[in-house]
Amino acid sequence: MPEQLAFTIEVFLNGLMAGVLYALVALGFVLIYKASGIFNYAQGVMALFAAMTLVGIQNGQVPFSHLINAIFGTDIHYFGWDVHSVLAIALTVVVMIALAWMVQRFVFRHLVGQEPIILFMATIGLAYFLEGVADLMWGSEIKTLNVCAAEGNCLPQGINGWIDETTFNLTGYGFFIDNLDIVASLVAAVLVIGLVLFAQYTKQGRAMRAVADDHQAALSVGVSLNFIWVLVWSLAGFVALVAGIMWGAKSGVQFSLSLIALKALPVLMLGGFTSIPGAIVGGLIIGVGEKLFEFLIGAPYLGGATENWFAYMLALVFLVFRPQGLFGEKIIERV
Amino acid sequence: MKDTAESYTTEDGRTIGPVVMEMKNITLRFGGVEAIKDISFDIREGEIRAIIGPNGAGKSSMLNVISGFYVPQEGEVWYKGAKRPPMKPYQVAQQGIARTFQNIALFEGMTVLDNVMTGRLTHMESGLFGQALWKGKAEREEIENREIAEKIIDFLEIQAIRKTPVARLPYGLKKRVELARALAAEPTILLLDEPMAGMNVEEKEDMSRFVLDVNDEFGTTIALIEHDMGVVMDLSDRVVVMDYGKKIGDGTPDAVRNNQDVIDAYLGVSHD
Repeated sequence: MPEQLAFTIEVFLNGLMAGVLYALVALGFVLIYKASGIFNYAQGVMALFAAMTLVGIQNGQVPFSHLINAIFGTDIHYFGWDVHSVLAIALTVVVMIALAWMVQRFVFRHLVGQEPIILFMATIGLAYFLEGVADLMWGSEIKTLNVCAAEGNCLPQGINGWIDETTFNLTGYGFFIDNLDIVASLVAAVLVIGLVLFAQYTKQGRAMRAVADDHQAALSVGVSLNFIWVLVWSLAGFVALVAGIMWGAKSGVQFSLSLIALKALPVLMLGGFTSIPGAIVGGLIIGVGEKLFEFLIGAPYLGGATENWFAYMLALVFLVFRPQGLFGEKIIERV
Repeated sequence: MKDTAESYTTEDGRTIGPVVMEMKNITLRFGGVEAIKDISFDIREGEIRAIIGPNGAGKSSMLNVISGFYVPQEGEVWYKGAKRPPMKPYQVAQQGIARTFQNIALFEGMTVLDNVMTGRLTHMESGLFGQALWKGKAEREEIENREIAEKIIDFLEIQAIRKTPVARLPYGLKKRVELARALAAEPTILLLDEPMAGMNVEEKEDMSRFVLDVNDEFGTTIALIEHDMGVVMDLSDRVVVMDYGKKIGDGTPDAVRNNQDVIDAYLGVSHD
């Protein structure tokens, strides 16, 4: 196999892996948008909040310690214990569910029936509020997230070595693929399959699809809209946690993490705002597209750094020719 | 009138049960407009009760009050012998009152079978985690409910379109699917908002047959709104007539047909 081709394939695979991470963020948007018509600008901040909470719990940090110290003149920062990561993840899930309930109870319950733009603005407010709470709760310094901090590194270290070796034997060129990316892909696959099965075959999943389709009809068959909305915000919170773990492990838990929401926008424009498969395929296309474009055209001819804008340009092209996205519901106005 | 707690037999031999729902002095306002003015009537177990009246008479508003979509400013709703506190529509549905809509409210993206299955939601009890794991009780429940849904699909003769997404169906069939979904809830009272609106003669006959069959086979109490006087008179045991938000007649089809107020409302009357 010629080296150039093998190299292209490697770039393609790495693009797929990056795409999975974009898809994870986009998924959270789709869940909420489908069920309630709210475009949740705060999804990125939710990922940040989830990751910070996870790290904070893992390290035994005292929440709101700065506030407590300022008021009572104490000097506490840590409980002095480390929490096992599985337990820490479970606790973070509980926090995200509580957050979902509060968002529904104190914000969106009062905005039922409002214009989409008002709901959107509420989520912008929510984003900044949540960012502030995250800062106040856990502090603003950059933290490293190691999912297995307490137990030593538990990611399967051998896999990428094995891939390198096998592909070298087969093609004469060893592929390098990041361990974390492989794990992220597997987790994302399990998450998506789980979500689809949940939506398709369970009572709550059916009720969720009912609400996504028609509010009035859902009420008439005995579905509580409030409950379903808390449920989808919880699911979106859970997806945000997974995305936060993956991105946080990759680039550290810091406030720029919330900007991944912006990366999800072109993914949504490609895949459509209402389609779970669309979010996945859109994420993969963007991931592969920007890596290949950079490798084949950007770096040799355009001076590089095309990854920063390629996704948005692709989304723009889509907006012109297929505004509903690849899988979105076509908007047909009857005259 | 007859005693509310007693059953009675009609002239053509139908047994009508005791009162299951009673509306007492219902008044509903939208801003300054009184959509319903001080209306009282009851619904008895096992009967087909029609609400008729010209356009804008407040029939649909009345149905929305019964199903909890509107909350009346005054008056009481009594259900199964107890006063009903103010309720959300989904709570009313959970109490055993199912409904269809004038403009069809189906889940367009789902198949016919899935739509009918949503009608079973109020009968599924297993919790979120049992459902998520789909084990034991949840699995049994799913199978039982599926059987009931299939039975109703058979009954309404829509087997051929079980797996078709609802969005692709013609109007008449959508109306029937909506009936199937409401029926799947095995409701105590079934509310039908103009089940035959916009249908041709043949479809109307089909629908009338289904309404009668449902009442016959499952003993379901049915309250329906209809424009077509002929259909109403053939179907119903008792009729409430509304005009401009007021009740102008209540009784058997024959009694209502000969009521002077009703004739005036429908044919118009000269004011001199």
